[in-house]
Amino acid sequence: MAKLTNEALLKKITDKFNNQLTLLGEPFGLLTLETGREQIIDILTYLKTDPELQFVFLTDITGIHYPDLEKPIGVIYHLHSLVNNVRVRLKVFLKDGDEHIPTATVLWNGANWMERETYDFFGVIFDGHPDLRRILNVDDMVVFPMRKEFPLEDPNRVDKKDYFFGR
Amino acid sequence: MQNHPVYTDNDPQNELSTLNLGPTHPATHGVFQNVLQLDGERIVSGVSTIGYIHRAFEKIAEHRPFYQITPLTDRLNYCSSPINNMGWHMTVEKLLGIETPKRVDYLRIIIMELARISDHLICNSVLAVDTGAATGFFYVMEYREAIYEIYEEVCGSRLTTNIGRIGGFERNFNDIAFRKLRKFLKEYPVVLKEFENLTKRNRIFIDRTRDVAAVTAEDALSYSWSGPILRATGVDYDVRAMNPYCSYEDFEFEVPVGDNGDVYSRYLVRQEEMWQSLRLIEQALAKIEKEPSDIFHADVPDFYLPPKEDVYNNMEALIYHFKIVMGEIPTPTTEVYHSVEGGNGELGFYLVNDGGRSPYRLHFRRPSFINYQMYAPMSRGMLLSDAIINMSSLNVIAGELDA
Repeated sequence: MAKLTNEALLKKITDKFNNQLTLLGEPFGLLTLETGREQIIDILTYLKTDPELQFVFLTDITGIHYPDLEKPIGVIYHLHSLVNNVRVRLKVFLKDGDEHIPTATVLWNGANWMERETYDFFGVIFDGHPDLRRILNVDDMVVFPMRKEFPLEDPNRVDKKDYFFGR
Repeated sequence: MQNHPVYTDNDPQNELSTLNLGPTHPATHGVFQNVLQLDGERIVSGVSTIGYIHRAFEKIAEHRPFYQITPLTDRLNYCSSPINNMGWHMTVEKLLGIETPKRVDYLRIIIMELARISDHLICNSVLAVDTGAATGFFYVMEYREAIYEIYEEVCGSRLTTNIGRIGGFERNFNDIAFRKLRKFLKEYPVVLKEFENLTKRNRIFIDRTRDVAAVTAEDALSYSWSGPILRATGVDYDVRAMNPYCSYEDFEFEVPVGDNGDVYSRYLVRQEEMWQSLRLIEQALAKIEKEPSDIFHADVPDFYLPPKEDVYNNMEALIYHFKIVMGEIPTPTTEVYHSVEGGNGELGFYLVNDGGRSPYRLHFRRPSFINYQMYAPMSRGMLLSDAIINMSSLNVIAGELDA
């Protein structure tokens, strides 16, 4: 089989999903695309099941927070086609207060904990997820700690004030 | 996969018993809690609870300069921390476009393969202990100590190594390190063979492990498994072979695969990988002979800390030292995903950089976290004693699970 290049992959996806994808670049040879939450599952299904592409390996799902953007919360998917040895990165950005996105557990069982982790740290709600609970943090936590407004340390603690150190 | 906790002990009609396996249980080798519903000795359902040693590394990493993130990666999979350290260094080198000299790559391969051996030998020998054969563990455990002594010569520490720097190593390997390495290469194969003789064709061991927790390749891929447990199902995905990093393409080695993904084939895959690691170290040692012996880091003064004596006596070194520590060197604004083959599978680093002193976002793709989520679903219908050895053959490391 001829090696699948990023150009061929990009052409194939854009032919199929016309106008629904934006190319964000190719940092270090990894094709990065942005799309909306309406078609993310269709695109993931296509990438996974197309006989030529076969992105069967879901490497990772994670989140990112850009507080200054109009759509601050991002969900990032890394897929890997083991047959072609090509990776692709998909990003979906969500509005503040409306962090809903359909779940990828319908395609991969492994998406379960990755999505729970993303929910736990960024507050992204994966609609249709079978068991969307916090996973690493305590159950009664009320914040989403990987968001940028959440400080690393408790701002109320007094034992690290500068005047203790003569500053 | 419905995974809701079931606490139905107050139901008088219920004949199942609830067992809290963990968080601290001698058979689980770490902080793992599984709430199991048992029908006699058979598991009806289970729920895994994780997060007991979550330390918020991803949040901390957003406030640290690159070189201070290395000690955080130590504490992921602490059975093979050099692989994590070097995976992180290679991620940063990829981001900054640093080319490392061949000798650095080969030295790194020696250390990473030693780490892989120490990881696999713990896993396999503890698997033998869990099936009732404690002797083999004492044979091979001595050689984890030998590996730790080699680390000690190279970087000064043993478990959480913080080995290497961005661009190479903090100091050259000394003669004692090479001597200890050669001694290890001479003695370990004998011991490994002895351990194999104890277990590989052992009737009891095979009865306890063969066809226990067998997993199909489809299920393994659907759960995003990677590493030895994926290869035990017959999928030959090894990052070292598929996306070679650190000059793995210069080496000859085989990627062993298993047949039906049960505990025994995972054992066989790990065992064979240790032999392949030894082969890789031998080759690396031979290749190093042909490289100039005084090179142990890339020439990147912007990111590689100068020797301390120069900092006191040499103006330029002092300036570089200051700039590195204060993070005043511009870095590219981009994102990078780099993965290495860790002890348990694909260890990925997803680094989003905004040109600042520390990452804008750093995500660890931790193989243990992803591999472990199949544990509760696959335990259904299994005997409790089989579930225990299944856990030890998954080689889930609590530090890597929780990050």
